[in-house]
Order: sequence, then C-alpha cells, then structure tokens
Amino acid sequence: MANEAFEPKLVGFLCNWCSYTGADLAGTARMTYAPNIRIIRVMCSGRVDPQFVLKAFIEGADGVLISGCHPGDCHYQEGNYNALRRHRLLSKMLEQFGIERERFRLEWVSAAEGVKFQQICDEFTEQIKKLGPLNLNGGKDEHREA
Amino acid sequence: MTNNKRITIDPITRLEGHGKIEIFLDDKGDVERAFLQIPELRGFEQFAVGRPAEEMPRITPRICGVCPTAHHMASTKTLDDLFHVEPTPTGRMIRELIYNAFQFEDHTLHFFFLGGPDFVVGPQAPAGDRNILGVIGKVGLEIGGKVIRARREAREIINYLGGKIIHPVCGLPGGVSKALDEEHRVQFLDSAKFIVEFSQFALQIFDDIVLKNKEYVDIVVGDAYQIKTYYMGLVDEKNKVNFYDGDIRVVEPEGKEFAKFKARDYLDHISEHVEPWTYVKFPFLKNIGWKGFVEGKDSGVYRVAPLARLNASDGMATPLAQEHYEKMYEVLGEKPSHHTLAFHWARLIEALQASESMVQLLENKDILDPNIRNIPTETPTEGVGVVEAPRGTLFHHYKTDEKGIITEANLIVATVNNAAAINMSIEKAAKALIKGGKVTEGLLNMTEMAFRAYDPCHACGTHALPGDMPLVIKIYDKDRELVKQLKK
Amino acid sequence: MSTEKPKVAFYWCASCGGCEEAVIDLAEDILKVVEAVDIVFWPVALDFKKKDVEAMKDGSIAVSFINGAVRLSEQEEMVKLLRQKSGLVVAFGSCSHLGGIPGLGNFWNKETIFRRAYLTTPSTDNPDGTVPLEKTEVDGKELTLPRFYDTVYTLDQVIDVDYYLPGCAPPPDLIMNALQAILEGKLPPKGAVLSPNKSLCDDCKRNESKPEKLTIKEIKRPWEVELDPEKCFLAQGVICMGPATRTGCGERCIEANMPCRGCFGPTDQVIDQGAKFLSSLASILDTDDEKEIEKIVDTIVDPAGTFYRFSLPSSIFRRRRMEDIK
Ligand code: SF4
Ligand code: SF4
Ligand code: SF4
Ligand code: FES
Repeated sequence: MANEAFEPKLVGFLCNWCSYTGADLAGTARMTYAPNIRIIRVMCSGRVDPQFVLKAFIEGADGVLISGCHPGDCHYQEGNYNALRRHRLLSKMLEQFGIERERFRLEWVSAAEGVKFQQICDEFTEQIKKLGPLNLNGGKDEHREA
Repeated sequence: MTNNKRITIDPITRLEGHGKIEIFLDDKGDVERAFLQIPELRGFEQFAVGRPAEEMPRITPRICGVCPTAHHMASTKTLDDLFHVEPTPTGRMIRELIYNAFQFEDHTLHFFFLGGPDFVVGPQAPAGDRNILGVIGKVGLEIGGKVIRARREAREIINYLGGKIIHPVCGLPGGVSKALDEEHRVQFLDSAKFIVEFSQFALQIFDDIVLKNKEYVDIVVGDAYQIKTYYMGLVDEKNKVNFYDGDIRVVEPEGKEFAKFKARDYLDHISEHVEPWTYVKFPFLKNIGWKGFVEGKDSGVYRVAPLARLNASDGMATPLAQEHYEKMYEVLGEKPSHHTLAFHWARLIEALQASESMVQLLENKDILDPNIRNIPTETPTEGVGVVEAPRGTLFHHYKTDEKGIITEANLIVATVNNAAAINMSIEKAAKALIKGGKVTEGLLNMTEMAFRAYDPCHACGTHALPGDMPLVIKIYDKDRELVKQLKK
Repeated sequence: MSTEKPKVAFYWCASCGGCEEAVIDLAEDILKVVEAVDIVFWPVALDFKKKDVEAMKDGSIAVSFINGAVRLSEQEEMVKLLRQKSGLVVAFGSCSHLGGIPGLGNFWNKETIFRRAYLTTPSTDNPDGTVPLEKTEVDGKELTLPRFYDTVYTLDQVIDVDYYLPGCAPPPDLIMNALQAILEGKLPPKGAVLSPNKSLCDDCKRNESKPEKLTIKEIKRPWEVELDPEKCFLAQGVICMGPATRTGCGERCIEANMPCRGCFGPTDQVIDQGAKFLSSLASILDTDDEKEIEKIVDTIVDPAGTFYRFSLPSSIFRRRRMEDIK
C-alpha cells in the first residue's frame, strides 16, 4: 500500500493559555511525539473560526485538531463551550463533504498536561495514517481538464 | 454533388446551452430525419438526495425560471402526500389562487410575447415585426398597455402571497405560509375582474385576426402542422379541465378514454426513453410502448399542454371558457384536434378559465380564514404530486427516510412530456416544406412555428424584445462544407 | 467616437432562465436602457451569433452581464470569449455569483448525476443502458453535445469578474442601480457586490423582536411549527440564514413568512457563507452540555445543503470530496 509511506499533515489550533503551554511543556521536556503536527497558536479555542478549519483542510491538512482549556477553565469564560458547539456541528457538516469525523478533533489540554498532548498527537497521527490522505482537490475536474 | 446535406437550424437562443435543430436530407434532397437536441442537464433528481423534503418547493423551481410556480406547487403537493396531510380549505384556496394567476400570466406572456406574434402580426410579416411591438402596432397602443397591466396585476398576487414572483416560497405541507387579508382580497378581486375581461378580449383578438382570415385558418388546419397522438391532462370529477388537481386522463387519437389514474400510479402508465444524442428523455405511454418517433394509435407518444388538456377533458370548468371550448371544436371540426397550431387557441381558452377561477376564489370570503395550514403529525414516507404546468403535466415524486430527508427523487417536467412530439412536429413541417434540396426562407419560420406552438421552456423569451427572430439555417454539402446560409 | 452608445452583452450559462425574466421584468425601464446602450449580444432575445462576437475588437463591449453557473464546455468557451471582448464583466444572479441551486450538484459528480437521470429513475425504461454522448452517430449522421463537467463553477472561477449582482433572481431595483452606475461611470472598486454591505438581519423588520441575547434550545423545521408572522425566525428556533446573508433583496422570503436561505451570499468580510452561518448558529445554541449539544445538532438535518444552499461552488471546499462519491 502507498499508505505505508504516508506521513499525514496535521494542523493544530491551540489556545494560548492552556493547550499551547501544554504543548510547549511537551517540547521543552523533550518528550518525543509524532512530528506531523503544525501548531498554530490562537488566543482561545473559541476564536477558531470554522473558516480556518476548512482552509486548513483545503490547503492540504489530512487532519485538524482544536485544543483548548478544560471546561470551566477558559480565560474568556465561554470560549471553549463555543468551540465545542461548533466542533460538533462542523463535524457533522464535514461528513457531508466526505471528510470522516476522525479527521477533526477537539481536545482539552491544560498547561500541565504535556504528556496528554504528546499522546493525542501520536494517536491522531496513527489514526490518520490508517485513514490515508484526504486528497481534497477543490474542484479539479477530469472532464473539464480532458 | 449535393446529396447528404445537413441543415442546422441554429437559433442561438437554443443552441448555446439551450437547444438546436438539425435536419438531414437524403440523396434526393428530401428530409430524412430532424433532431431537436437539448444540450442541457442539471441533475436535480440527484442533488435532491439528502435535502430535507420541505425544502424541495424552494429548490425545484430553479429547474425553470419561466414556470417556477408550477414546480413550487407540484413540489408542495408532493409534500402533502409525503407527510400524509391535507391542506386546510383556505390553504388550498390560496394555492389555487396563486396557481390560476400564474397560469393566466404565463399563457398571456406566451400569446402576446412569444408564439402569438406569428399569428397576430402574421406569419409572412417581416421578422422584425413579429414581436410584442409588432403586436402593439397591429392591435393598438391601448391594448398593449392592457397586456402589460393584466400581467403585472396577476404577478402582484403571486408576489404578495408567494414572496417572489420568480421562485415563490410559500408552500408547506398542509397549506401555505401566508394568509390573505380583506384589503388585499378586495384589491385582487378588482384585478381578477379586469383579467377576466382581458382574457375575453384576447380571444376576441384571436377571432378578429386569425379566425376571420382564411389564409391563417388554412395554415392552422393544414397538414404540415398536424400529428395524431394520445393526449394527457388533469381533470376534475366531472372530467373538466383542472390545472391544480384531479385525476390524470389520457385519450386515444380517436378520442376514446384510454386511461384515467391517480398521480400516485403514474409509474404504471408512463415510462421514459433515452437517446444518446440529447440530454432530454422521451416519455411515452408504458402500456403501448416506445415505437420510435411515430404517430398514431400504436405509438406510445402522447402530448400535453393546452390543446392536449382540452382534448383529454369533457369541457372547461368555468362558463365563459366553456363557450369558447365549444366554439373551438366546432371550427376545428373534430375532437380530439391534432392541429398543433390550435395549441395557441386552447391556451387563450385556458387563460380565460384561470381568470374566471380567480374571481370565484376571491369572491368567496372563506379565503380570509386564518387557518391556512395543517401541521403534519405522521411520519413521512413517499409522495407524488402533479399539477398542470402551462406547458403540460408535471410530476414530482419523492421518497424520504423517517426524518423526511430525501432518499430518492424523480421528476417528469412538463415540456419533456412533449419532447417526442416536438421532434415529430418539426420533422413533419420540415418534410412538407423542404423538397428536392430546395430550402426556402419561409421554412425558417414555419419550422419555428411548429416548435413554438408547444411553448417549450427552452425557447422562452425569444420574442420578448424588439429584434430579429434568431434563426439561421446552415446547409452543408456531403463534405460538410458550408454551401449556403439562410439568415433572417 | 464619443457619441457612440456603450455596447452591452447578456449571456446565460447553466441557468433556469429566471435571471432573463428578471431583466424582461424591468418592463418599461428596459426601454430606457435600450435607448442608452447598444445591445450587441443577447441570445435569448436578439439575433447575434457567436461569430459576431468573435469578430468584435477586444474590449469593445462595454459590459457583459452573465448569468448561470458554468458546467458545460460550451459555457466555458463562451464566457472566455466574452471576457476577451468586454471591458467589464458582471456576474448576474446567484448562480453566476456563487454557483446557486444548481451548485448543489457539487455534492455529486458527472457519473452519479448521469446514472440517476438516465438509468435509475423509476420511470426510465432504458434496457440498453444508453446515456447521452458527446458524439453520436444516428444512421451515419453525427450529432454532438457539449461536455458535462463533474463540478459546477462560479463565473469567477473560470474568468476574471469585475462586479457581482446578487440574488436568485436579482431584484429590479438593484439591476437598475447597477445599470445606472455603469452608464454614469460611478462604479465602486473592482470586485464589489452591487448591494449594501450589511447583513439581512440589519434591515429585517423582525430584528426588533430578537431578544437582547438570542439563544435557542431547539431547532424546528418550517413544517413542524406554526410560523409566527412577526417574530424573528431564529428566535422561533427556525433556521434563517439572515445573519450570514447580505441585505438588498427587500427581505422577500421573510415577507412571505418563510426564512431566508441565503441567495444573496455573504457580506464582504466573509469568504465562506456556510461556515459563517455555522459559527453564528453554534454560538446561540443554549447549552454547554456535550450530550445536549449533540442532541440539538442531530436536529439540524442538512447543515451543508442548508448553509450552502446557494453558495456551495463558491465555498472554500467548492465541492464534496470526489473519492467519497460512489
Ligand atoms: S440565479 Fe436563480 S433566477 Fe438566476 S439563473 Fe440562477 S436559479 Fe435562475
Ligand atoms: S434571523 Fe431572519 S428573521 Fe431573524 S432578524 Fe435575521 S433575517 Fe430577520
Ligand atoms: S430572504 Fe434570503 S433567500 Fe430570500 S430573497 Fe432575500 S436573500 Fe434570498
Ligand atoms: S482560553 Fe483556552 S479555550 Fe478559551
């Protein structure tokens, strides 16, 4: 299978206050985790506009992760609940576009949970490896190109 | 060598994405075959899948912006069936009001702007005059103003109740979304009365200009424009013409009732044939079968739309229209009539019935009842809805899951019912008018007239504005070299 | 020659004809337009041919109005030709602007659409499995059809577009305003959508009925409930695309007591109308509880087909993933 050599491209939107710090901790503690994820720091998981997620996918991400503070811990009170509501609705919509639910994850990672972050990354990478590349082509059309 | 000619009647309106006519000649230069190609498909049946059923009345009108109200209504009626709910009496009245207003304004558009000018101005008149301006020139400015006013007022009714004249939105299972108030009832009743007057007056114009002119009458009843087929149309319990509801009745070319069925059973009676050279399908009577593009009792080809509806009924549902119905068959001398050009006449008689129905509906104060909708309580399953669109019987058929999400959709669009007959009419007219390789200019318009009598959707708007009738005939020799081009 | 009238062209692609009707509906006003301009190409109404357009000098048409989405090879060729010959190109109506309703075809591809239309509908009687072909021979006579694409395209995905006239179909006042602006040379910056840049809710009469903080606990489908003719649809729990839709239509659907489906597309700040609406809808769902959220999401039965009712081809994804279509 061509998939064996497949290294998934993952994008992670991490909230500044908890998750990014958690990921940083994983980094500084030299924990090794799958290098597939490109991290984008946002102020709050509630700031991740669904358009960012779609953009990530269309530009080549095989999986997208949003990570925020645990429920109740969001520095902007409601941000992560908003992220949760959007995530569930967006996941449903992504399925209609042929994007499996597993490719879009929402996780709560606190500043102290470097290990959890490491595990999430590894697991996510494995999962996407199994699913294979996403290959969104944004409208490339064999009948038109022919 | 001039054999093996190919003629392309290339009305640009119908060529670039919307249809073209190709005529092939044999060795003697006579017509061998004629093809009307529709190079268009948008796939509504497929992308309906996954949509909530109640959205279909807002999706399917985009099949055609000329008759969106027909799709809206067929779709809404399909929802009644699908959700097992009857519309409230007021809901039904409002729908019928909208539908009759639509039938009137669409028929009037066709008669005065599209197909009618050939008659009113005259088939031999300069092409540049065969349009609404030519009509106004012939019948007078005052009348021109009446045409515009009658259509505008009918369209205002649809706009008010349906939200938008192009693509109305008010249909829901069990009724409609918006009620009528007394102020508007009075206003619309005024309009409807004017519209009845106008419709009678349109028939008077037809009488004066067409029926009193022997030359025209000869064209109407001439051989070039006659094909013998089955006819289909909706009828009420008394077998009278109905646009909104009823049973589907089919009569034989000799006039005997061949079938009468409920919308739900349409699959027992109609099938569609596929040809590789056009994107359109060819419906035929299933119990007779597809025998090709041929006339007569042994061929499953049937026709729909105004003349077909009158042929398939025992009369009109309103008194004034009934008078004209009787007169028409008297003049034509037979029922069913197979004269394709009589579609124009039947169209005006239908416009009159639609206007009379509008008055009847608006005079009844029950139409003000605020109870405009029954809310469905049963699980949706499967539904079929049918109406008479101006251009013929229109079928919608949906299946859903228990949540009312479409799992399957099938549509038989009004004009499509006539697709085989339109091809045959064109071929017949071409055969009568092209002989020994001689193609005359008159052919252009005569062939077009055969085509326009059906008012096929993809021909809409052709005569709407000042200008030439867009038509070109190209003649190629056997090497496909262009040897001659006729252009109006 | 300064006295020459500006040349104008109209063209239709994958269109329902409603946009043409909208122009014809200008009624008396159209005559004013006809006086001020010289219509050089309008297949639906006037007799000019493709080759007449080919013979024109590049850029000699002042403005081309093009409606309908692009789905066939023939349409692509025509619009490229018109682009070359035109100073300005205006995408006219939702189909051309955003893909429109036919754009819902992007949930499928050519093969599935053909299969349904010509093979599997219950009324089709096609034992030989015939489907339309680009080239056919019938008794030695060759007939051709234009190529059908897998994907529906917006006009600006095929050619450069200068302005957009939104709506399905665009309302008469916007059409007249646009024509006047063009004739008087009072044009906004290139790329503008010729309708005010605010949301439909800003102009909607029902906006006042919205509570201070709008929240909903339940989603209702329009057929399930009695529709209050005065109250904001979202406040009734009925999905209304108003917050993610540009204003300018005169709230036509809402006037008929039906919620908006977004035919005007988004405002300038937004790229993807569906994602934008998803975001606003999610934020008013009145619960923080995971289970409850999932329950409500379950009642939003067709998010993609509803939020992108008119704009699927212009969305970030443009279409459903090809590999997912069987
Ligand atoms: S925008 Fe609407 S009215 Fe215009 S062509 Fe498309 S579907 Fe028809
Ligand atoms: S959501 Fe709809 S009903 Fe409510 S204010 Fe906005 S446009 Fe009006
Ligand atoms: S209310 Fe919405 S869907 Fe209706 S016409 Fe206006 S923008 Fe279009
Ligand atoms: S600040 Fe971390 S989720 Fe809001």
